[in-house]
Amino acid sequence: MTTRISPPAFITQSEEILDKMYDPRVARGLLRFVKPYARQMSVALLFMILVTAASVSGPYFVKLAIDDGIAANDPVSLRRIVLIFLAVSIFQLGFNYLRVRIMSRVGQHVLYDVRMAMFGHLQKLSLSFYNRYSVGRVITRVINDVGTLREFITWAVLAIVRNLLGIVGTLIAMLALNLKLSMLTFAVLPFMVLATMAFRSVARKNYRKVRAAVSWTNSVLAENVNGVRVVQAFSRQERNYKTFKEYVNRYFYETSLDAARVASVYTPVVDVLGAVATALVVYVGGTAVLGESITPGVLIAFVLYVDRFFEPIRDLSRRFDTLQSTMAGGERILELLNTEVDVQDAENAKELGVIVGGVRFENVSFHYSDDPTLVLDQINLDVKAGETVALVGETGAGKTTIVKLLARFHDPTDGCVLVDGVDLRMVTQQSLRAQMGMVLQDPFLFNGTVKENILFGRLDASHEDVISAAQAVGAHDFILGLKDGYETLVEEGGATLSVGQRQLISFARALLANPRILILDEATSSVDIQTEQVIQRALARLLKGRTSFVIAHRLSTITNADRIIVIDGGNIIEQGRHEELLGSRGRYYELYKTGFQE
Amino acid sequence: MKHLIRISTFLKPYTWQVLASLVILLTLTGLNLFVPRIIQSVIDDGLVGGQTMSLARSALLLFGLGLGSAFLNLSHRYISEWIAINVGYDLRNRLYDHIQYLPFSYHDHAQSGQLISRCIEDVRSIERFAGSSIAELVRFVFLSFGILFVMFSVNQSLAVISLLPIIPLILMTSSFGTKIGKLFFAVDSAVGEVSNRLQENVTGVQVVRAFAREEYETNRFEKANKAVFTTWVKVIDEWAKIMPTTNWLTLLSTMLILWFGGGMVMDGTLTIGAIVAFNAYILMMAEPAQALTGLVNAGGEAAAGAQRVLEVLDVAPAIRSKDGAIKLENLRGEIEFREVGLKYQNEKNASLDGINLKVEPNRLVALIGPTGSGKTSFVNLIPRFYDVSEGAVLVDGHDVRGIDLAALRKQIGIVLQTSLLFSDSIKNNIAYGRPEAAIEDVLAAAKAAQAHEFIEGFPNGYETVVGERGVTLSGGQRQRVAIARALLMNPRILILDDSLSSVDTQTEKLIQIALDKLMEGRTTFVIAHRLSTVKRADMILVMDKGRIIQRGTHDALLKEGGLYKEIHDLQLVGQVRFSDEMEMVEDLLGAAAEGEMHENTLMQRRSDN
Repeated sequence: MTTRISPPAFITQSEEILDKMYDPRVARGLLRFVKPYARQMSVALLFMILVTAASVSGPYFVKLAIDDGIAANDPVSLRRIVLIFLAVSIFQLGFNYLRVRIMSRVGQHVLYDVRMAMFGHLQKLSLSFYNRYSVGRVITRVINDVGTLREFITWAVLAIVRNLLGIVGTLIAMLALNLKLSMLTFAVLPFMVLATMAFRSVARKNYRKVRAAVSWTNSVLAENVNGVRVVQAFSRQERNYKTFKEYVNRYFYETSLDAARVASVYTPVVDVLGAVATALVVYVGGTAVLGESITPGVLIAFVLYVDRFFEPIRDLSRRFDTLQSTMAGGERILELLNTEVDVQDAENAKELGVIVGGVRFENVSFHYSDDPTLVLDQINLDVKAGETVALVGETGAGKTTIVKLLARFHDPTDGCVLVDGVDLRMVTQQSLRAQMGMVLQDPFLFNGTVKENILFGRLDASHEDVISAAQAVGAHDFILGLKDGYETLVEEGGATLSVGQRQLISFARALLANPRILILDEATSSVDIQTEQVIQRALARLLKGRTSFVIAHRLSTITNADRIIVIDGGNIIEQGRHEELLGSRGRYYELYKTGFQE
Repeated sequence: MKHLIRISTFLKPYTWQVLASLVILLTLTGLNLFVPRIIQSVIDDGLVGGQTMSLARSALLLFGLGLGSAFLNLSHRYISEWIAINVGYDLRNRLYDHIQYLPFSYHDHAQSGQLISRCIEDVRSIERFAGSSIAELVRFVFLSFGILFVMFSVNQSLAVISLLPIIPLILMTSSFGTKIGKLFFAVDSAVGEVSNRLQENVTGVQVVRAFAREEYETNRFEKANKAVFTTWVKVIDEWAKIMPTTNWLTLLSTMLILWFGGGMVMDGTLTIGAIVAFNAYILMMAEPAQALTGLVNAGGEAAAGAQRVLEVLDVAPAIRSKDGAIKLENLRGEIEFREVGLKYQNEKNASLDGINLKVEPNRLVALIGPTGSGKTSFVNLIPRFYDVSEGAVLVDGHDVRGIDLAALRKQIGIVLQTSLLFSDSIKNNIAYGRPEAAIEDVLAAAKAAQAHEFIEGFPNGYETVVGERGVTLSGGQRQRVAIARALLMNPRILILDDSLSSVDTQTEKLIQIALDKLMEGRTTFVIAHRLSTVKRADMILVMDKGRIIQRGTHDALLKEGGLYKEIHDLQLVGQVRFSDEMEMVEDLLGAAAEGEMHENTLMQRRSDN
């Protein structure tokens, strides 16, 4: 059956679906994480060799027991042989136990390290990275891709080595027992290789389709769950269900079935080949026994070995898929880890001492690395400590870029930004941001209690400090009205709190941090008039005595500012106090007339 | 276990296939049981007895059995995969549909990521179990009984001796199963925690950076990461114990057979061939017995998956049209609230309390009041997004709980507070509620919502794909598309929940004009903060703490005083001052130096932008 349905192009072309063959570059990159455990690994490998040797000797002991013990009618040597067999098997048990323990611990250590490295790297990457990389993708990298890596390390690699050792060991044992019978067994090998290769090429295409189907189903599901309110409001359930059932899920169904069809053929084919080999060994070997050229024990051992010879081959072909999906996962992990950190502490970066809060922009220009258009063009600005600056201009004028450069989320392409006369690139980011506060347009709250969210501003603050910060911004009253007061849990996306309330909490957080320089991106969406007033008062309290940069939308913030800076096309086109700017009837006047919104 | 049994009802439509696969499996097992006997005859009749013919016959038989069992194996595998895939398909469909109908109150507290993983990951583990694992389990049972039968019929004492190690093997495996399930659960929640930490860290990255909290965050992540490590190590330690041990126990069986069987051969009570056959039987049984660990594992995963899937399926879609619901085809648009109270789950206070209201068709009702006063809760009751905790909401005199939901909602156009669009073309987004709408209608709706112009500005116009994989629209643009989407429904009842908050003042005015026209002949509910919208309403509801504290027309409410007048005055002051000042600025043109004169007024003035 070939499917008529095909997922949209963005699914089939997505990086997650693309095939990945074994790639030495990726393997080397991942090896970096294994290296620290090289000693444990070699011990485990040694154990594995010992275990394989012991395990391969099993059929040989059976042969000895039959030929030298039972057939020779020698009870003493039979018991001796069985006891040696027992000793060897206990030894095998012990080493096997140790091997599994060591190896899987190493595996977990490696995964732990990989996750830590990824998280650590994520903390350093600049914000422009996060503009490109969605939350979902980051989580897929760290959880799912590292998950496939786990399969790879704990199962695939180990199983592959074990299988290979098993094949080699069995091969040696067979050759040592009888050359002719060995050759007979190997006669089916070319067919086995052919079958495996044919299977692999078909299976790969199938698995790719299945992966596309999973990804398609995932994205359709995600959208429907996130938009479930709209779905219900517009009564789209039936239609959406039909689409899901007849296209998306159907595609999943058909691709899975195609894959299953091919997979269910492969194992029986290997089984038939195994049966052929056994039949050959039995007939030719049996005749040989009758001709007295080999003993019955050899034949019996051989039949046992044939079985052991085919099992690892079958297993290997299964593991190969894991290896492949790991290659893709590994490559994506490395891609993230190798993403260059564009804002980095200089090697000789100093701790920034306690600052007063003067800010200077000297000939600052900026453009993003992937776009040569200047976002800021030769900005010069001198802000005295304690001054409140309102940044005004249309969307895309460059307001946000100015404050991002001040917080050193990006470095200027030209010119420099100075705080108290010190170039930001000369100090550590940590010491700079510790003295800087930021309140963003969409007040982000973490999962946790209200108190924890305020504490985020200064972790060592006392409960009294938290309360007084909340009181100062007028958040205390509504917090007390919540279910558990300060201990109320803020849910995903802060659904239990209104926008205004979240804003007040983020003000309290910033106030608790008591920064010398404050950056504030005012929210555009209107809140009700009472909340608005509370916010106004909170703002006044927050801005007092600090150098503040406000991307202002509220008229009162603008008119109260010590200085208004009008930005257009990456240039400062006007600056001054409200009345001066109104009087000059320039750009500010135009903006003022239309009401200062996007 | 009980979850697995419950979920197994999904196997019911495939009873025949399940039976067929069992029959095939039974035959296959029977065939497999012959192989050791053939080997035995090779040794005893062929080698020891010296019959070449018997050798040839055995070899042919082995080959034939191999071929036959391969064919059966193939059909068995395919059928069980087929069953699994069908069950998965059905389960996903069922979940998808079920989730669509779960009420808002469920989605308010559900984590979307988890819902999605239930549909994919959990269904997968159930599917895997339903397909291969159950079959393996059955095969193990068949095989065990078959082997027991054959072994005991050949030599009872050797059968007992050789099977001795298999007993602890099975016991260990089953205790492993119960233990590993719990350990895996711990791993899952540890991984969940890592994912939560990440999700938060990435969504809040600006805050983390702004407060220089990278180290703090890394420490928190490290703790979660460490938990993943330790929980996994516990799982591994169990594996490390069981895997080599089960392996060893089968070897022990072989040794016992050699030791005691060897003695019997020397006594002449047993043949060498029988020893070999016994050994082969033990190996045959050991393989599925060892695989049992994996099966128990898969069973545990499937049971956990089934539990999670059932958790979703067990949530009654409380808000669904009941049987015999009235299909109101042509709404007049009369709305009545009778003693309505609403209390969300997990909330301390009621969100609506004692609401009484009757709205005649084609009226414009405006709701105003502080954040959290219950305005959105109020309008959400009309399309029955939530059910009232007390009282009743009536549309055209019928309780909404007795009305066919789809028919009702198709006649209500709603613009939600957050304008969510789907990653599809703008055209399909506007036509979301009426996919069959003619393109002219789509254009007309877009024009009315002041969206036509910016849509035409895109290179692909109405075919422009929006969302993560397409063009990003600004908040104002999204809102206008959402308005067009609601207008295209040509609804009898229109609900606008603060839908003009992120458009600029000029666009707002344009939309307002369009909306004024559209509101004619419809019952309209508007939630707004700006009085300009509210003023013209036939009835203004002033809400506070879940109650209607004032109602009436603009003029009446102004006379009455209270909260409405307060809000009005605050906004009015801003507006009057704004226009005063504009006049003043005009006057002062040319005499710009006099700015200081009106500083006092400027300092206090506020405007609602």
